[in-house]
Amino acid sequence: MMITILNIVISGLLLGGIYAVTAVGLSLQYGVARVLNVGHGEFIMLGAFITWSCFTLLGINPLLSLVICGPVLFIVGFVLYRTLFTRMRISSPTPGAFEGNSMLACFGLLFIIQNVAILIWGADIKRYSYLAFSVDVWGAKFAANRLITLGFALVICLVFYVFLAGTRLGKAIRAAAQDPDAAGLMGVRINRVLAVCFGLGALMAGLGGALISMCYEIQPTMGLEYTMIALIVIVLGGLGSIPGSLIGGLILGLIGSIVTHIEPGLSLVAYYVIFMVLLLAKPTGILGR
Amino acid sequence: MGIGKKTSKNAFVFGLVLLILILLAAAPLYASLYTVILLTSILMYVTIAVSWTLFSGPTGYISLASAAFFGAGIYTSAIVGRTFPLPLVIVLGALVSFCLAILVGSLTLRLKGIYFVMFTFGLVELLLHFILWWEVNITGTTGRVVPAVANTTVFYTMLMILVLLMLTAFFIRHSRFGLALQSVGENEEAASHSGVHVTALKIIIYGVSALFMGAAGASMAARWTYIDPTIAFNPLISFMPVLMAIFGGIRPLYGPLIGAAIFTYLEQFLITRFPYYYMLIFGIIMVVAILYMPDGLIGLAQRVWQKSSRRKHADT
Repeated sequence: MMITILNIVISGLLLGGIYAVTAVGLSLQYGVARVLNVGHGEFIMLGAFITWSCFTLLGINPLLSLVICGPVLFIVGFVLYRTLFTRMRISSPTPGAFEGNSMLACFGLLFIIQNVAILIWGADIKRYSYLAFSVDVWGAKFAANRLITLGFALVICLVFYVFLAGTRLGKAIRAAAQDPDAAGLMGVRINRVLAVCFGLGALMAGLGGALISMCYEIQPTMGLEYTMIALIVIVLGGLGSIPGSLIGGLILGLIGSIVTHIEPGLSLVAYYVIFMVLLLAKPTGILGR
Repeated sequence: MGIGKKTSKNAFVFGLVLLILILLAAAPLYASLYTVILLTSILMYVTIAVSWTLFSGPTGYISLASAAFFGAGIYTSAIVGRTFPLPLVIVLGALVSFCLAILVGSLTLRLKGIYFVMFTFGLVELLLHFILWWEVNITGTTGRVVPAVANTTVFYTMLMILVLLMLTAFFIRHSRFGLALQSVGENEEAASHSGVHVTALKIIIYGVSALFMGAAGASMAARWTYIDPTIAFNPLISFMPVLMAIFGGIRPLYGPLIGAAIFTYLEQFLITRFPYYYMLIFGIIMVVAILYMPDGLIGLAQRVWQKSSRRKHADT
């Protein structure tokens, strides 16, 4: 009995760690840059495929390719924001109109990135094997790569939080989150900061994707599912709250693992039920303002 | 513009619509089967895009539940298609979608902006995964076989649904109802202070828009001989009409119609040859349309028209 409970809790945390990393990125993009990036999962997919290519073609260690994926996706995100969304934000009459328009533009991005990926890598499912031996944790067995993934996920979230809380740029980002116009008047270069936020969101997605590729099968159409899960997590944790995303991710992972234990096919159904009940009952989430 | 000029313009538009209708209705007589099938899918997308605009256009709420309403129609048709005659099946499909929309609407239309968008999209995914789980674990069969219906029959039912939809949309727009809806979109609070029952109004229009999507789903179900939840609740059905409507232009009634017609034609033309390029082009057009064509193709055409006529006046 104890072993079963331990098993469920640890697999929940393993799942939740990955959810948390991907959700933190989306939370930053929506909470600060005000772009509900429905193409977030496509950035995750890009991270996963870059890692896969590095490993199978060049033999680069997947953990090392975190350092490659992150900056590459940061640049992609930053440039996208500067070319598309800055213009859109300035020309939109209200913040609400910008949210709607930017979300629809992200649907366009979703299709573009997904199909470019299919043209490059093909539509097949891919996987590689890295640290795929099992480790004994107090009597329950887990794959080593999943344990390492959880460790890295927690470290990434922590580093990210420290960055936001402790650095000058982090302060500018938090100021922009509260009030972009006032932050601009205080000398924050608002367009650049928002672009950095969007880039950082893409960076987190890339890191999440790299971690995902170590444990799960990947394919170019995998994005939407991860986008939806990240969305559920940020609603659970409170839109725009970074610690909320971390906690929300772990909670959702635990729920997923419990439901899977009871009735394997129902975990996604459970996620959506929780999502919709939350939207109705408490749309601000557990840590929301 | 003088009154005489306006009536003659109205008569011209009426004549044009009648001509197009006659040409369409006679299509199975002179066109090939392939053309009829192509026209049917154009009618389908036009119906969904116009229904979407019926609610989301004036109110500004972006609903991504189209796939849920369309899918509800498809599923109704697959379940009762064998026991009831086609007209009844379509009415049932429409009613199921209508009830679903009323339920969703009364739950969610208090939600603002982005929360509403997320909820409606969550609904599609929830239905998909729930029915998938239900079929695997409870009934033990995934998917269903849909009773076959002749292609021309599907074509005519879709045409009738679209005509009904356009009439409904026209009358809603030119009634007190439509004005009230417009005022809700402009400023909800002001509308409610002026005596508009904001929530009830939104729920009813949402239901009406879903009604037509359900009818379209029920009559199009025969198009797929076999359906399963991933076919019936395809998320693309939620995204496509939004883009088509925005591409065409949301303000005038014929905007989404033109957008959907162009896109479906493009899809049929490209998808067999270069499937991935089609979706790629689709995405690029979507981004460009949102960035540079805020009023869609119609808005762009009007701007070009105004500019050229102004230049003509300047020349003389």
